[in-house]
Amino acid sequence: MTPDLIYGLCGVAVFGIGLVGALCAQDRLRRVLALKLCSVGAGFLLVVGAWRTPPATPDPVPHALVITGIVVMVSATAVALALIRRLQSLEADDER
Amino acid sequence: MSVELSPMILAIFLPLFGAIAAFIAPRAAWSIGLATLAATTGAVIWLARDVWAKGAVMLPLGGWGAPLGIDLRADGLSVAMLALTSAVGFLVSIAALDSLKDAARQRQYFWPLWLLLLTGMNGVYLSTDLFNLYVMIEVIALAAVGLTVLNGTRDALRAGLEYMYASILGALLFLMGVGFVYLHLGRLDFAGLAGAEVSGSLIAAMALMFVGLALKIALFPLHFWLPAAHANATAPASALLSGLVVKAALYIVLRLAQYMPFPSETLLTLVGLMGAGAVIWGGIQALRAERLKLLVAWSTVAQIGLIFVAFARAGEMGLTESWKAAALLILAHGVAKAAMFLAAGRIKDEIGHDVIRDLDRAPIRPTLAQFTFALAAISLIGLPPSLGFIGKWSLMEGAMAAGYWHWVAVTMAGTLLSVAYFSRVLTAFLRFDRVRAPVGEHQGWALADAAPLTLALAAIGLGLMAAPLLSFIEIGYPFGVAQ
Repeated sequence: MTPDLIYGLCGVAVFGIGLVGALCAQDRLRRVLALKLCSVGAGFLLVVGAWRTPPATPDPVPHALVITGIVVMVSATAVALALIRRLQSLEADDER
Repeated sequence: MSVELSPMILAIFLPLFGAIAAFIAPRAAWSIGLATLAATTGAVIWLARDVWAKGAVMLPLGGWGAPLGIDLRADGLSVAMLALTSAVGFLVSIAALDSLKDAARQRQYFWPLWLLLLTGMNGVYLSTDLFNLYVMIEVIALAAVGLTVLNGTRDALRAGLEYMYASILGALLFLMGVGFVYLHLGRLDFAGLAGAEVSGSLIAAMALMFVGLALKIALFPLHFWLPAAHANATAPASALLSGLVVKAALYIVLRLAQYMPFPSETLLTLVGLMGAGAVIWGGIQALRAERLKLLVAWSTVAQIGLIFVAFARAGEMGLTESWKAAALLILAHGVAKAAMFLAAGRIKDEIGHDVIRDLDRAPIRPTLAQFTFALAAISLIGLPPSLGFIGKWSLMEGAMAAGYWHWVAVTMAGTLLSVAYFSRVLTAFLRFDRVRAPVGEHQGWALADAAPLTLALAAIGLGLMAAPLLSFIEIGYPFGVAQ
């Protein structure tokens, strides 16, 4: 077991946990959080892939991919949260 | 070095700036939107003339060039997709002017979202590297979800949220795939992929990307979000989502198959089987649908499946020809489905509901919209001389030539199902005098019918132009690198 393999499997595991949550969770917020977990796992995996044994510097391109992925995920989360809020306020009106 | 103005740059940046302008000046949004669309269409025509005259054109942004920089490339297939997007988009926009005229809030947000969508789609059709594609499909996804929930109803919001979840997951899978490709090959541009050898990790990366894209395309069995999202959106948004948005991810699948070494026959058969599942399941659900727009949305699921059947029709060896059948079906579906959703929206607007069972009891008869619906159905069923017919014909011709009769059977079954479910609607239009209500002042002839009718006529008429269309999409030899 080399360190990058351990970290890589860790990323896969985190992605898997997120995937299960995104597919199985009922609660809307919980599903958003599960998708966030997926994105953490995916990012982790790519960052680990960029790692090189110390004297060599890590490959910067996957880092750039991950940063873009994070930015995309932030805006996607914002949209999802806005939708959830709007739905909740509409449903609260129904119950009144 | 001098700055050269290229139609490819215009096709991506005009809609982007238009979207920002339309957002800042909501009152003038529609005029900004139409002007931007006209200008973008002009850029696409310019690009089409370039490609027609010189073959595929390439543009390294900032003079950097791949693999370090970003290249834009346009060949026959990309120009055909760009032209589809501009033409359908322009007509849908004209229809939107009318159908959103009483909804100030929707009108305010429709234009910036739609222009942003156009930015993303034009970007997809001109990209030559995987990461650029990822960014562009995210732009598309965010704008598309916005369009889905434009009318703000509970159903639309629920469907939009479901769409958002599917879209995020699809994008993450695609991103992982892209990352794996990079870690394996060290580059992300198409030219770098073309020379790669098939290996386990590359197949895994491709599988991840494909599953991600299948979620976005709504390929069976990952179609769960599509019917509700497309059926509950407002009519022009449905037309854009069903006619154009799913095509962007489909196009990426075509491109990947072109540049990446295709792993195996088994995988292609699996893709075809998923398509066959979509054809059958989508058809059955369309038969059961109670509402008109839901029926049209389920027929999208079935038609997407058919495109994948076309893709797999002649196996691995036939892929160099099969993509053309798939491309024809993509174009045919884009035009006809946009027309059909707009017509369905018009019918719903005039009659006040879209419950299929009660369509024949309505005192109002939106004849022109119903005629448009029927014309679009002709192309989607695949009757001659429509473009849909040419697409299905070349699908079956290729399958027969390769001896893959099962794909012919699937296509036939899908065609029968589509005849059956569209007949449900068409008989409801005929009404057989069950109601002798006065068909008074309102025959439903409105200027708003002009755009969908033009689209439906184009879906039929383009079939007559199939030969020049086919020779155009072959410019730049999209599949020259593959085998």
